[in-house]
Amino acid sequence: MQEFVQHIINGISLGSIYALIALGYTMVYGILQLINFAHSEVYMVGAFAAYYGARNLGIEESPGFGSLVTLLAISMAVCATLGFLIERFAYRPLRSAPKLNSLITAIGVSLFLQYAGQAVFGASPKVFPSVLDDQVLLTWGEAELRLFDVTILGVGLFFMLTLHYVIHHTRTGKAMRAVSSSFVVARLMGINTDKVISSTFMIGSALAGVGSVLVGMKYPKIDPLMGTMIGLKAFVAAVLGGIGNLMGAVLGGIIMGVSEEMVVSYISSTYRDAVAFGILIVILLFRPSGLLGKWTAEKV
Amino acid sequence: MFKRFNAAVLFAALIAVSGCTKKSDTTAGTDGAAGATSTEAIAIGEYGSMTGSEATFGISTHRGIEMAIEEKNKAGGVKGRQLNLISLDNQGKTGESAAAVTRLITQNKVVALLGEVASSRSLEAAPIAQQYKIPMISPSSTNPKVTEVGDQIFRVCFIDPFQGTVMAKFAIENLKAKRVAILRDVKSDYSVGLANYFAETLKAMGGEVVVDQSYQSGDIDFKGQLTAIRSKKPDAIFVPGYYTEVGLVARQAKQLGLKVPLLGGDGWDSSKLYEIGKEAINGNYFSNHYTTESTDPVTQDFIKRYKEKFNETPDGLAALGYDSARILIEAMERAATIDSKNIRDEIAKTKDYVGVTGKISLNEQRNAVKSAVVVKVDGNTNRYVTTISP
Repeated sequence: MQEFVQHIINGISLGSIYALIALGYTMVYGILQLINFAHSEVYMVGAFAAYYGARNLGIEESPGFGSLVTLLAISMAVCATLGFLIERFAYRPLRSAPKLNSLITAIGVSLFLQYAGQAVFGASPKVFPSVLDDQVLLTWGEAELRLFDVTILGVGLFFMLTLHYVIHHTRTGKAMRAVSSSFVVARLMGINTDKVISSTFMIGSALAGVGSVLVGMKYPKIDPLMGTMIGLKAFVAAVLGGIGNLMGAVLGGIIMGVSEEMVVSYISSTYRDAVAFGILIVILLFRPSGLLGKWTAEKV
Repeated sequence: MFKRFNAAVLFAALIAVSGCTKKSDTTAGTDGAAGATSTEAIAIGEYGSMTGSEATFGISTHRGIEMAIEEKNKAGGVKGRQLNLISLDNQGKTGESAAAVTRLITQNKVVALLGEVASSRSLEAAPIAQQYKIPMISPSSTNPKVTEVGDQIFRVCFIDPFQGTVMAKFAIENLKAKRVAILRDVKSDYSVGLANYFAETLKAMGGEVVVDQSYQSGDIDFKGQLTAIRSKKPDAIFVPGYYTEVGLVARQAKQLGLKVPLLGGDGWDSSKLYEIGKEAINGNYFSNHYTTESTDPVTQDFIKRYKEKFNETPDGLAALGYDSARILIEAMERAATIDSKNIRDEIAKTKDYVGVTGKISLNEQRNAVKSAVVVKVDGNTNRYVTTISP
């Protein structure tokens, strides 16, 4: 039982990271119906931004909440800028082109960033700075609740709630929802759609930056290809929850994290990734719109 | 999804083919056909992971080889001819070694090959070397399958059945650990082989494998496996992986409150192990090819020269890289003419060569027969614990 509780804690902690990254996929999809495959590389760049930021500020070896906040800020700023640039120069010129063109461009941007990352940062893994000192907060027999897990969950929840507030209670959020429901009508109503799309990319990318710092803190190994697998898993999480639906992305992320943990612990770690993608296939077969997604007829 | 996957594979293949392997020449000699004239430099090929997640393996080995070649060139070369080392980087990726070795053989016309550290990558290159009849010496691939590829493939290190035996013996005799958990990397031939031999010997000596968990190189989360291991209360955990993952495993084991020692093989041997694992890795044991605390004058002399040149303590892979290049050079000296066939035959005759990593003789299976040391991790140094002979 205690072991089971421990697995749940580990799973939720991993899942909330998937959720943060899945939010970026789902937000962009909700507005543009575009799967932004470059999102996983934005996440990778976020981790490196924090790494170099910490080195330049000399806070590599000074763990504490101050360092955590500083690194989050650096990573979010760099990611938001990168998200803005990607949208401005890669996707915007293609907005009136068929969807397939944008999708292929997204793959191109993703590969470009992966290989540019290897050229600029080097292909060797780097050790992420120690952001926080891990310690045990609560124990129940063998099960332990640790500061890292609580921080990941806390920081994750904080940004998810902030996002919820932005979308539902601010003018920008209202504009986003309008653009998401109908791009053309929103423009006719005088909404600056370019600006709304830019801010969507920036917010989504900043969340990937948060995810990258949290992952770096818990698993201190970063390399230019680190985004690939976690990006795919987050994408599966977004599809699982219902792509385009924010609560769905969070739910999908947690389900993915917990189920992976369970597979590794009780079956075999060899099946970890197989299960992640198995879930994707099952969802696409039986509930193509995802758990919380609304089923709508394909728009032509 | 599938579109992306296909495209990604296609792009990766294109990039691999168009040669993202880096090239560096140690001497200014030409890469032209070897043996055309008797004064031309002799081309020797090396392939290794100079970058990527096992970068320190490739870099250390390269430094060892480079040092041996440079020393020989300064002393006038082999039969009056300089040696030209051509090194290609495979970035530690699957598929790159085959491309690199083909290029070394067909374009650079090398007479012999040195590499790799990881058994999976040596196994990729070995069939190609065998096909073109170019002798290849692996400095540190310990999986038995490597030299079984054919009569052109040699190695200067011990093999996994022995290394697995060493750690099993050590666990039972020195640590009195009878109940051992295994955490193996299923993606690596090296790790799977080592885990199997370890389990075999452990059982034969009266021990018990209480749980056998696995992961895949590149994973960052091992909590699931470690939590499952913790519930079985083992006396020790055998993690025959490479340093990047082992560092993270040690950290997460500590976070989960596992206090039993971790045991491993020569894949742990890297300065990055401590950098990634921090205090969590201290006090754990692994088997290695040599120890810097050896009193052997040959070893101490090597360490001194290496430190002068690179300003760091050589790890086991640097020492093996040096030995592999030295054995090749000696074979070239003995060969009547510098061609791949003669060199192969002379390498096969290597007997009682006094190397940095001990006395090396190559047996019928083209494997080195030598003893292993067990060391204990203590920060950036590895403390010598014991020597175990075959």
